[in-house]
Amino acid sequence: MKRLLTLAILFMVAGVSAEAQTRGRGGGGQPRAAAEPAAPTAPAAAQDTLIRNATVLTVSHGTLNGTDVLLHGGKITAVGQNLKAPDGARVIDGTGKFVLPGIIDAHSHSMMDGSVNECTRSVTSMANTRDILNPTAVDIYRELAGGTTAALLLHGSCNSIGGLSTTVKLKWGHPAADYPVPGAPPGIKFALGENPKRSNFNVPGLQPRYPATRMGVEETIRDAFVRARDYKRDWDDYRAAVARGEKNVIPPRRDLELDPLVEVLEGKRFVHSHCYRADEILMLIGIADEFGFKVRTFQHVLEGYKVAGEIARHGAMASTFTDFWGYKMEAYDAIAYNAAVLVRHGVVTSVNSDSDERARRLNIEAAKTMRYGGLSEEEALKLVTLNPAIQLGIDKHMGSIDVGKDADVVVWSAHPFSVYAHPEQTFVDGELLFDRQADIARRPQLEAERKALEAADANRAPAAGGTPPRTPPSVRRAYTDDDDVQDVQEDNQR
Amino acid sequence: MKTRRFSSLNVTLLAAALCLLSSTARAQDTDRTDPSMTNTPPPTYVIRGAHVVTVSGAALDNATVVIEGGRISAVGANVTAPAGAQTIDASGLWVYPGMIDAGTNMGLAEVESGAPGTIDTQELGDMNPNVAVFWAINPSSSHIAVTRVGGVTSVLSMPSGGTISGQAAFINLAGTSPREMAVAPQAALVVDFPRVGGGGGFAAFLAAQQGITQDALSQRDRRIDELRRIFRDAEAYGRAQDAYAKDPKSVPRPPTDLKLAALVPYARGERPVVFRAERERDIRNAVRFADELKLKPVIIGGSEAWKVAPFLKERNVPVILDSVLNLPLREDDPYDSLFENAAKLQAAGVRFCISTGDSGAHVRDLPFHAGMAAAYGLPKAEALKAVTLYPAQILGVADRLGSIEQGKIANLVVTDGDLLEARTNIRHLFINGRQIPLTSRHTVLYDEFKDRK
Repeated sequence: MKRLLTLAILFMVAGVSAEAQTRGRGGGGQPRAAAEPAAPTAPAAAQDTLIRNATVLTVSHGTLNGTDVLLHGGKITAVGQNLKAPDGARVIDGTGKFVLPGIIDAHSHSMMDGSVNECTRSVTSMANTRDILNPTAVDIYRELAGGTTAALLLHGSCNSIGGLSTTVKLKWGHPAADYPVPGAPPGIKFALGENPKRSNFNVPGLQPRYPATRMGVEETIRDAFVRARDYKRDWDDYRAAVARGEKNVIPPRRDLELDPLVEVLEGKRFVHSHCYRADEILMLIGIADEFGFKVRTFQHVLEGYKVAGEIARHGAMASTFTDFWGYKMEAYDAIAYNAAVLVRHGVVTSVNSDSDERARRLNIEAAKTMRYGGLSEEEALKLVTLNPAIQLGIDKHMGSIDVGKDADVVVWSAHPFSVYAHPEQTFVDGELLFDRQADIARRPQLEAERKALEAADANRAPAAGGTPPRTPPSVRRAYTDDDDVQDVQEDNQR
Repeated sequence: MKTRRFSSLNVTLLAAALCLLSSTARAQDTDRTDPSMTNTPPPTYVIRGAHVVTVSGAALDNATVVIEGGRISAVGANVTAPAGAQTIDASGLWVYPGMIDAGTNMGLAEVESGAPGTIDTQELGDMNPNVAVFWAINPSSSHIAVTRVGGVTSVLSMPSGGTISGQAAFINLAGTSPREMAVAPQAALVVDFPRVGGGGGFAAFLAAQQGITQDALSQRDRRIDELRRIFRDAEAYGRAQDAYAKDPKSVPRPPTDLKLAALVPYARGERPVVFRAERERDIRNAVRFADELKLKPVIIGGSEAWKVAPFLKERNVPVILDSVLNLPLREDDPYDSLFENAAKLQAAGVRFCISTGDSGAHVRDLPFHAGMAAAYGLPKAEALKAVTLYPAQILGVADRLGSIEQGKIANLVVTDGDLLEARTNIRHLFINGRQIPLTSRHTVLYDEFKDRK
């Protein structure tokens, strides 16, 4: 509400003087800071936890049998044998259980309220996913129950250059401000191919939008970086003049669209680019080389296996699906061996969900790479833990079971690569945010609450004279590409 | 009967010829069954020394399976190999019946988005019993090879849309024509049972957008009435045709009606009618409707089947669960409500099987759908049955498929471990008693690019 009010005021001001507004916001004409850390609430001291005698898949240094893990003050403070439980610690018998670091999903649209696409222009670097975090989205909880504890929230793929991304921990029960990972490098979404050229979204009567071809996508990105480069020069000139002590220098006009692209040029903002075909991957590498920036990750990158060498030499990383393919023409040459080929070429690779559904079972998506391409267990485990942490620049604190890292830890009923396994407990910053037994124990109470609500007058069936409820949510299928979702739609047509 | 086989010279020549073809041609070729396979009698194979998971009975250690003439001719510990049989040493390996997915659109939808020319799932019109998938299955669909090398060897391929979507075909995933592939060309009728909130055609979908209003309810009931009428008409049509056939001289010849003619075996309860229904109320409505008309109902979807388990058990109505990996229907449903659905049905004694519900590309994930159900309470042996014997039973082909038993069609998968585990590798594959190469569009592209620098 407060934000809405602020926005409304800003719009009113803008109506009078756009310049005044931008200058006023810029704080002396400085482009806004790359990271905009939200003010986290004071961290509640999580109860200490000792997990005893488990099989610990550290990811960074192998599998440790019969090992204890101590979570204290939100960190992993000890990994070893016969650890002593601090006073008041929760003790979990890990006998027969497996401990894995929390899964990190390097491509998610969970908890993003409403549409993930600001689709009206093909360059929307002024839009920020951080503005639409919904901490009550039940998908967060379902993902914790699947062992996922962190995610890169990306703008949709409607635009050649989309909005800014947010790296979050799934801090279920906390306010939205607690979700962004403090200090995580900022990012931006790019997209290539069918989605930004809108080729599958031709609705009669809808105004077509430039670009409509892969040529146009290249030109759109190039145009934006040419503008960003000129804009940066204007600012560099201005700052140099101020530094020389010149008086009455007029600062360039702030441009919220170009500020993030300047950060990309300066290496301060990661580019996460949605892509499918080999040609468009090479196209973006070409632009990046020309303008002197690195693509941090290619997302989806389903034909990455065709140009793995080029991706490796550019220094980009890759975040892909294991075997989701064929749902559109540009995904028709996708193969389940993609991750393995990329890994073998030395590309730091992760497996992501891009789906509230798949985000609940990324363990199995990773396990499949042992079948498809013969990755080792450790290589496959990295695809959903350490490698995505590296890609998001948070591996110092997350992605493996190491002393000193954040206590983002999942206790599994069996080896997480077994289809028969499920998470028992999920900890984020040492806090127990999912506990299967507690969940089951809560169900009768929730059921009773539900019955009471259903009996309430407002919820009675139409024939009974009550106010009719809204149509219940429709089926949400497995294998959707959330990137493509423009609105709450389509599912009902099934 | 003399068995013809490739000589090693022929194999060499074939390999040389393949090398000359362009990469594109090679990619396409893997999606086709080698026509020579259909022109020769099926060879005889002996699979030796394997752990044989028969599914229908106890698993056998160090056992032998013999395949002759496309069928399983012997299974057991002490089986003599027929002369001239090709031997497959499967010591340390496991043999399973091929998996069956009872809810796909295999061969009907190559590229789901942006390539409408490749989509043949949904006909126009509301009542299409005379539309049959069998005629439109593309044996060269790349999904077929991709699916079978994952161990899924048969599927039900279904039409969609309208109220009566059409007739589904039960096919094996190898063959150069739908006829070769078909186990039951007209295996089931598919009905999208009218409901408030999406079912039963586009008009109902539009109505549902308005919320559950009295209008939407009466519109649903009207559509159910229309469905009832066409089934009753078909039943009467069948009687008229029978009367005429018995006495063509005195009984006037009834005019032919293709829609009603197609419906007759279903209206008489001779073949299964698959009703799509997810919610408790819709499942009950569909089953009561089928009871009233004496149909042979199968529910597909069944997201809330666990809520009506005693009802389904009492009426002996089976469920094809294609919703294991869907998100829960309601926000306040337990997070595992669809993972646990199968376990609850099994505990209640309801007949069920598990399907991906996928159009084609991801049907190979079938074992992981069953695995998830097993991770949430379904016994492992039941999870395996849910993708082998149970779908065969529900679709009336268990006399030919679904387990390793003498006389059944030899659809077999030889693995190095538990069939449902993602880390397990498939080593040999047999469909219709022929060994199928473990290649697909994916393996060909992989081989082509894996070493590119």
